[in-house]
Amino acid sequence: MADTHNGNGSFAPTSGTSLRLKVGLAEMLKGGVIMDVMNVEQARIAEEAGAVSVMALERVPAMIRAEGGVARMANPKLIKGIIDAVSIPVMAKARIGHFAEAQILQELGVDFIDESEVLTPADEAHHIDKHAFKTPFVCGARNLGEALRRIAEGAAMIRTKGEAGTGDVVHAVQHMRQIVREMKALTVLSEQELYAAAKEHQAPYELVRIVAQAGRLPVPNFSAGGIATPADAALMMQLGAEAIFVGSGIFMKERATPLDVEKNPKEREEAVSRAKAIVVATTHYNDPRILAEVSAQVTGTMKGLAAAAIEEKEMLQTRGW
Amino acid sequence: MSGTQSRKSITKTESDEPKAATRTASPRIGVLAIQGDYDAHAQALREVGAEPVLVRKPEQLAEIDGLILPGGESTTFLKFLERDGFLSSLREFVQTKPTFGTCAGCILLATEVTHPPQKSLGVLNATVERNAYGRQIDSSIHTAATELPGGPLEMVYIRAPRIAKTGEGVNVLAQRDGFPVLVEQGHIMAATFHPELSADHRVHQRFVKMVRSHMGRSSR
Repeated sequence: MADTHNGNGSFAPTSGTSLRLKVGLAEMLKGGVIMDVMNVEQARIAEEAGAVSVMALERVPAMIRAEGGVARMANPKLIKGIIDAVSIPVMAKARIGHFAEAQILQELGVDFIDESEVLTPADEAHHIDKHAFKTPFVCGARNLGEALRRIAEGAAMIRTKGEAGTGDVVHAVQHMRQIVREMKALTVLSEQELYAAAKEHQAPYELVRIVAQAGRLPVPNFSAGGIATPADAALMMQLGAEAIFVGSGIFMKERATPLDVEKNPKEREEAVSRAKAIVVATTHYNDPRILAEVSAQVTGTMKGLAAAAIEEKEMLQTRGW
Repeated sequence: MSGTQSRKSITKTESDEPKAATRTASPRIGVLAIQGDYDAHAQALREVGAEPVLVRKPEQLAEIDGLILPGGESTTFLKFLERDGFLSSLREFVQTKPTFGTCAGCILLATEVTHPPQKSLGVLNATVERNAYGRQIDSSIHTAATELPGGPLEMVYIRAPRIAKTGEGVNVLAQRDGFPVLVEQGHIMAATFHPELSADHRVHQRFVKMVRSHMGRSSR
């Protein structure tokens, strides 16, 4: 990969135009919250609460998990409706390896495509060649090698996978800690040790060298997967996340039942209170006084599902490699 | 324990004369860090010899000589500003102190915002249209002539707004398709592109120079 980098670990202004614009948009989202939304009303609530972006999808991970079946890209009509309803950037998910879904999302004018393990994978060996697109991609990762493989394929943003749809933050923590630890370990290696490190991480040597020099990924590193409360968001930010994705944590009531934000004012208010609190907590992640204050304002929390109770074969995070 | 640590660092600064001298020389410039590309701005400021301060609370405005409103989502900025009584402190700050807005920050400074209309600080005599060039797929990098010394300037546009109209007192430093993209009005600077994402730091240098001359004027 021909891209060079600068001292703070980002791709340098001498990198390709396309990649710089993609990473540029990811930079604009830092310190913010990206919220999963399933309809126009939820998208409006998210924007109103201060979300920096919304992820348009038909079912949030908690529902996909509970209902089963094949999870695919959302209907373009739904995505279009959400694009028209809000002024903030709109993201949408494509299945792993499903480049035709990604082509459709790009055509719709989606601002960021999430090649996501939450949907049912379409290809068991190949991820999408993301360099082939003008629209930036975000991809999930559980460790540094996985993150660097996605970046090699053209991802402009990495997020931890965590275990989506659970409301249990334990795996997001595990993945963030692992990525940060593995990056730190690279910084103390000598030049000649980096070749073996690249082999161990199963990642391109060039990218391993960039991380070793900068101590960070060359693209923004966000967190997702089980973040359900303001405290969860603050925890992930303190562990090194640069922004937060919240999936099922805002609009879900029971495991597979969303809050009725369209017809029930009380449930709408509940969703608003959660959304606002997580937004404030992500900016003021280092201020326990503000965190206590906003946590107290939340009414109700997604019931959730302990990740430890999920069997390995039911896990979403093991999709992709 | 953290109390001891901070006391120690204060003592060190006070006793360390050369360091104190440098500190007066390099202006402290705040970067609004509600969300957005505040990291990129902080890095650019460091590279042109200023000391960046990430500003998340209104009381921090008292500690800085100038302020950058970064790129990001202007709707999100506004939610925070409205929430903490931040907006009135910031309004007061931008009346007298050098302030530079890029992209979302430019939107925040304008007297009028369209597409859709929204609240703003109203200190830059201009009408700014949000997302005027389209969505992310329409984001682009241009290199063009400006009024700045030193040849053409690279300009990174990301979901950029457009300065549709400027009023009295606004000095246009660069244009794109006949619309201003870099402007100055007294102690206010604004760009619809992102100079913080380019290696060429002439725009940040100009702002730091503005802050320095302002520091001289206000008996600091």
